[in-house]
Amino acid sequence: MAQLSFEKKYRVRGGTLVGGDLFDFWVGPFYVGFFGVTTFFFAALGTLLIFYGVALGDTWNPWLISINPPALEVGLGAAPLAEGGLWQIITFCATMAFISWMMREVEICRKLGMGYHVPFAFSIAILAYVTLVIIRPVLLGAWGHGFPYGIFSHLDWVNNVGYAYGNFHYNPAHMIAITFFFTTCFALALHGSLVLSAVNPGKGKQIATPDHEDTYFRDLVGYSIGPLGIHRLGLFLALSAVVWSAICIVISGTIWFDQWSAWWDWYAELPWWADL
Amino acid sequence: MAEYQNIFTQVQVQGPPEMGLDPNGTLDRERTKSATFSSLAGLFGNAQLGPIYLGPFGLVSLATGLVWFFIIGMNFWAQVDYSPALFMRDLFWLSLEPPAEEYGLGMAPLDEGGWWVIASFFFLVSIMAWWVRTYRRAEELGLGKHVSWAFASAIWLVLVLGLFRPILMGSWSEAVPYGVFSHLDWTNLFSLTYGNLFYNPFHALSIAFLYGSALLFAMHGATILAVSRYGGEREIEQIVDRGTASERAALFWRWTMGFNATMEGIHRWAWWFAVLTPLTGGIGILLTGTVVDNWFVWAQVHGYAPLD
Ligand SMILES: COC1=C(OC)C(=O)C(C/C=C(\C)CC/C=C(\C)CC/C=C(\C)CC/C=C(\C)CC/C=C(\C)CC/C=C(\C)CC/C=C(\C)CC/C=C(\C)CC/C=C(\C)CCC=C(C)C)=C(C)C1=O
Repeated sequence: MAQLSFEKKYRVRGGTLVGGDLFDFWVGPFYVGFFGVTTFFFAALGTLLIFYGVALGDTWNPWLISINPPALEVGLGAAPLAEGGLWQIITFCATMAFISWMMREVEICRKLGMGYHVPFAFSIAILAYVTLVIIRPVLLGAWGHGFPYGIFSHLDWVNNVGYAYGNFHYNPAHMIAITFFFTTCFALALHGSLVLSAVNPGKGKQIATPDHEDTYFRDLVGYSIGPLGIHRLGLFLALSAVVWSAICIVISGTIWFDQWSAWWDWYAELPWWADL
Repeated sequence: MAEYQNIFTQVQVQGPPEMGLDPNGTLDRERTKSATFSSLAGLFGNAQLGPIYLGPFGLVSLATGLVWFFIIGMNFWAQVDYSPALFMRDLFWLSLEPPAEEYGLGMAPLDEGGWWVIASFFFLVSIMAWWVRTYRRAEELGLGKHVSWAFASAIWLVLVLGLFRPILMGSWSEAVPYGVFSHLDWTNLFSLTYGNLFYNPFHALSIAFLYGSALLFAMHGATILAVSRYGGEREIEQIVDRGTASERAALFWRWTMGFNATMEGIHRWAWWFAVLTPLTGGIGILLTGTVVDNWFVWAQVHGYAPLD
């Protein structure tokens, strides 16, 4: 059940970075490996602590559950468990689980003879998370600047931090990040559509070729990036969206303290047209 | 340690340009007659630039799109008294606003939103003509219409913002202004007016699909590049005749997260995530102010916002 028809010949020993053959096995469809054990350990511990934190809290409504970071007064110190300490340990567990997950991907890539693009991409996602809950709080001098772990509580955090800088849409890095997100979605739609349209041309028609794909986009917009290029582009767009998101929040409160709309004043105040 | 990861194309082969397929002998006439090569583009994707197909709908779309752009531009110029320096200085602050509320769904004097209405009309024609173009280019090459239906989802969001919701609210003033900062102000104010858009469940879905699209494209782009040494980017071939590239890609995800797609299926995931982003977003906007006045209060009533 757990194995695909062609899977057996790929399930071979080797490729591990740590632990040799010791953890080189599968559980159901999952590869374990040394980093599978560490992933499991940190993920399980973190999850248990979340449940403990929720049990201490005053609601079991899944939308409203929230594990909050310590108060700002705690600064960068350790907080009592029920007052942000849990958030601190859970943040540590999450970071370690994410890193373990990435390393486990590296081992799987090695096993399958693949490039390291996926774990690299995942490292960028980890970087964004770490920026939000470790780098920026440390730069600002308090763990309380991290975001709370809860569905609507984290949205409230985004809302409040955003309005602390006026209209956050004026943050130039935020503009770039959003543009990359929209462009990624757009490019994903085009790529998914193009492949599906080539292999699902409609009843009774013969499926199309990469030449049809190229022709379609050259006809439409004058350029076809090609089957390899589109995957480079997609990866680049998606990772850029994440990187610029991390930048847009880490500069807020560290090097820019005012309303973001005021940032643009430098442009209107350039000497050659300031007095017009 | 350092291994070939296929980030850039190392060796570019250049033959005669591909001028495009023409299954029924009707397309070449409408195509430009030459193509050029850019080895810079060739580092990343195809080097060939062009040809392009014009055709009646391309022409209409281009012309009306230019009219839309030109009307907005001329309004900007008028707002700065045709001073090039002021135009450059104030470009991001300039805006072509829709008519004020008192004009309802009627016409307004040109400089009080009338130009906005006219520009929007041309914009509407332009995107509709472009939609037909996406459809006809596919039809004549014998392809499915997946691009067109995905584009329709984006058009839905545009129409909700600029047509359907203003009509339901009874005034063009509800529509989005044409300007860099002004449309950001509109977005900001929209959320404030209707009690925090984060509590709008369709907005939440739309964001989840938007982020999901980035996640999926990062996963898929990375996966294909990682198996490109096995010819993974030849996706159509891998779909009809599964090769080791697909098998490794699938097993990578199966071993990592316990389940996997197929070479065709991953493009269905991609299509739906991308299409559902504007689709759910449009629903969320359409309901705002028409059906729901305050999303935070609505969330309190429905048990997902705190009561105090
Ligand atoms: C062309 O190509 C391509 C494909 O293919 C052809 C593909 O498919 C895909 C992939 C894409 C899809 C399938 C499309 C759908 C994907 C999305 C919509 C993206 C979002 C995905 C999700 C939302 C799914 C998320 C699911 C996850 C992350 C899985 C959850 C994982 C688990 C529950 C298990 C985690 C596994 C671990 C931790 C490692 C192994 C551990 C175990 C198996 C458990 C047992 C543990 C042990 C044995 C260790 C013992 C532990 C100890 C001793 C410690 C104990 C400590 C304690 C505290 C208890 C792409 C991109 C592609 O381009």
